[in-house]
Amino acid sequence: MTMPERDEPTGALVRPYAVTRGRTRPKLEIALEALVETTVRGRSGMMRGGQGGSEHQYIAQMCDGGRVQSLAEIAARMQLPLGVARVIVADMASDGLLAVYEPTSLEDETDAVGTELLERVLSGLRRL
Amino acid sequence: MSQRPAAGRVTSAKIVIAGGFGVGKTTLVGSVSEITPLTTEAIMTSAGVGVDDNRQVPGKMTTTVAMDFGRISIDRDLILYLFGTPGQTRFWFMWDELVRGAIGAVVMVDTRRLADCFAAIDFFEHRRLPYLIAINCFDGMQYHNAQDVRDALAISSDVPVVSCDARNRESTKNVLISLVEYVLTMRRTRAVAPA
Repeated sequence: MTMPERDEPTGALVRPYAVTRGRTRPKLEIALEALVETTVRGRSGMMRGGQGGSEHQYIAQMCDGGRVQSLAEIAARMQLPLGVARVIVADMASDGLLAVYEPTSLEDETDAVGTELLERVLSGLRRL
Repeated sequence: MSQRPAAGRVTSAKIVIAGGFGVGKTTLVGSVSEITPLTTEAIMTSAGVGVDDNRQVPGKMTTTVAMDFGRISIDRDLILYLFGTPGQTRFWFMWDELVRGAIGAVVMVDTRRLADCFAAIDFFEHRRLPYLIAINCFDGMQYHNAQDVRDALAISSDVPVVSCDARNRESTKNVLISLVEYVLTMRRTRAVAPA
């Protein structure tokens, strides 16, 4: 497969990442279902008008006041591709504006934390 | 910064909903989700070239894949997400992300088009993600019985095969309960006698 010349316009390849100034690699790996919550610092930044542009404002508002949202929800509600939302959320998290809660790992089958999580999911589904 | 969930911390889990195009994945998600199912799009960029196999989309540098998902608040600190797989199974790059850390998968089957779910089953078996088969009974009709479906799919005898009506909240709930029960049973068995 041939790669395009560096100065060749890449069109749709680049445009979705315009809001991240072309960066496609997030500062943190964030799972699709990781939960995001606005921190106290993020909230006060929002009040002051913020510095990160309208995307930052919007995300800080969306995840404020105990309304945790997953990365997937943020991307969907902002109509941004997942990769773009991930870069922005990772930036905001590393600036202390958002807290990111990664899902509990289920990989180790002997891990009691994972088993307890599954039991909570099960009883929660039964109560629905 | 990113942090590991501690006791009492808010956390999330996900279940993958797979199956052929038009089998009712979004209907199933919508019947139990507390939000109208949302759609998120992923783009395979040049960063994915060489990492993901994109030989099946010759001459294409980018591919956009849409996934529908829903949300269930299990309790104040725990949110369960249901992610529908992209319709076309050639978008494997997205499936990798979907199965990472998932509780398990529901493979939805339309018995008139059984072969549509083969690729999903292969994928989950390869990734060792627990799954169950949910036969979606359109209009209350079931064209095959569970044993016939099990035979036709050549799946292990311990994989649950259930029937459901994806439009019905109780029915969908029962499918999810069966999956989590199955995962827990397997987990306990393996924890006692590691393979």
